[in-house]
Amino acid sequence: MTGVEMLIIVIKTVIVVSVFMLHVMYAQYFERKVIAHMQARLGPMRVGWHGILQPIADSLKLFLKEDIIPSSADRPIFYVAPIIGVIAALSSLAVIPLWEGLGVANLNIGILYILALSSVGSYCVILGGWASNSKYSFLGGLRSSAQVISYEIAMGLSLVGVMMMAGSANLSDIVKAQSGHWFIWYQPLACFVFVMSAIAETNRAPFDLTEAETELVAGFATEYSGMRWALFFMAEYAGMFIMTALGTICFLGGWNGPDFWIFAYVPKIVWLVLKIYGCIFIYFWIRATLPRYRYDQLMSIGWKIFIPLSLANIVVTGLVKIIWK
Amino acid sequence: MSTPQVLFAYFAVAMTILSLLVVTRRNPVHSVLWMLVLFIHIAALYLFLNAEFIAAIQIIIYAGAILVLFLFVIMLLNLRKEETEKRFQKQWLYSIAISVLFVFFLVLIVGNITVIPPPGPYTADVIKSEGHIMTVGKVLYSEFLLPFEIASLILLVAIIGAVVLAKKRIE
Amino acid sequence: MVPLSWYIVLSALMFSIGVFGFLSRRNLIIIFISIELMLNSVNISLVAFSHYLQSMRGQILVFFVITVAAAEAAIGLAILIAFYRNNPTIKVDEINLLKG
Repeated sequence: MTGVEMLIIVIKTVIVVSVFMLHVMYAQYFERKVIAHMQARLGPMRVGWHGILQPIADSLKLFLKEDIIPSSADRPIFYVAPIIGVIAALSSLAVIPLWEGLGVANLNIGILYILALSSVGSYCVILGGWASNSKYSFLGGLRSSAQVISYEIAMGLSLVGVMMMAGSANLSDIVKAQSGHWFIWYQPLACFVFVMSAIAETNRAPFDLTEAETELVAGFATEYSGMRWALFFMAEYAGMFIMTALGTICFLGGWNGPDFWIFAYVPKIVWLVLKIYGCIFIYFWIRATLPRYRYDQLMSIGWKIFIPLSLANIVVTGLVKIIWK
Repeated sequence: MSTPQVLFAYFAVAMTILSLLVVTRRNPVHSVLWMLVLFIHIAALYLFLNAEFIAAIQIIIYAGAILVLFLFVIMLLNLRKEETEKRFQKQWLYSIAISVLFVFFLVLIVGNITVIPPPGPYTADVIKSEGHIMTVGKVLYSEFLLPFEIASLILLVAIIGAVVLAKKRIE
Repeated sequence: MVPLSWYIVLSALMFSIGVFGFLSRRNLIIIFISIELMLNSVNISLVAFSHYLQSMRGQILVFFVITVAAAEAAIGLAILIAFYRNNPTIKVDEINLLKG
């Protein structure tokens, strides 16, 4: 590999990461606005036009806040936990294909790479909860470790159907295989299981038992403040973006869009971003609508419904592929 | 030394130090964390050996499932008070001697091993053109079909065994 | 090109560190982790052999090793929890009663 090639990769990475961080910042503004309007409120209105500068003000506040560390915390792990989350979420970005040939890397094991990094990302919650040495954080971390193990299986198995349909684990190939029909029509069951387990993986409502405000204060993040808390926050929202991007690529046709009239002139990356924001909106919609699950219910639907459903989906997909061949 | 050799030297030194850290930390959570770093190094080493699927599996299964299970159990048992006690058993000197002897003989026996031709058909180019998952899958589902089924049986037994063993008896 | 023997020596080193941890630590969880370390060092040598012999068999064996490691971790930790309920210690030199 020559120096020029390396430089191009570095520039690509910097551009993708910085644009992504901007989106992550504004996703939080988007969430506050969406949920406020669903609850007949206005949401942030003070900073800038309709509160458009609110995320910048918030991040400035978080930067300047005091960084409080509990005296009995396990310091090295307490420091390292939020960083693990952010690094795992940002490295998953590398394999997301934004357009044909436009992406930082084109791996043959794209899906597995994202699954692997999402499992590494779960360490930030577990270790953050353990290192804080507080009951609330500890319970949050404990819940998260069990939840992540259970739902990762369901998520991986639901994506096996997609890999079988496309005949590849490369995300670009999966998008190309959907140029005619999106996989959501062929794999509705897998899509359902994937959506549910993605919500559980990212610890969002109604499966946000790890940071349930009403019982655990703020769960694993109770003892974190200032910049370290912001890193947790960033990891959570970045994880949401990665999961919705993966779902869009695997079930909603990725960058494929309408090909007639003036739509043919729209750059295809626009369709991908629109679909991702549609999915993010569904995340917020679910959060504003549904009540939180009880923990034993969460575990039992994970193990007794989602995993058998996704296994059945694999069997049916395989049978249909053999018969129709 | 050429670039791959320098990279390998880094991996060898880092992995040896990491393994030592894993077995000597007092706190099991720190051990598990160093193990996580070690697993990521091992996965990177597999990438050098053209085994990208194994590398992904290494992270997903070992880091994502087995180590999280370890952390889960450590947290369930709540071992904070045991952290101040002695780390090693009283025979720790003998075990150092055993492992040093062990590594000495291993290096003596297999230290300058080489490959005797003719090698098999799966060169790096074949794997690259067909895809690593495809090549592994073809061998796994033809030549090793029966062991594969037995492996699934082992996993089933492990699931049932773990549930039966760890379940609280309600009286 | 890295010679095959380098991988084997690295694997042997890691294996013997695992043996050391297995024989000397008091904490049962770290003993389990040492077993995982040993299995991983064997996996490294298997993948290295597979690469240099240009055969897939070594990598297939790695699958089975990982399967067995997962099963072993699940069962071992379940036994640990079941034991801890009866006798709240995980120091191997204090686990000296067969009675439950």
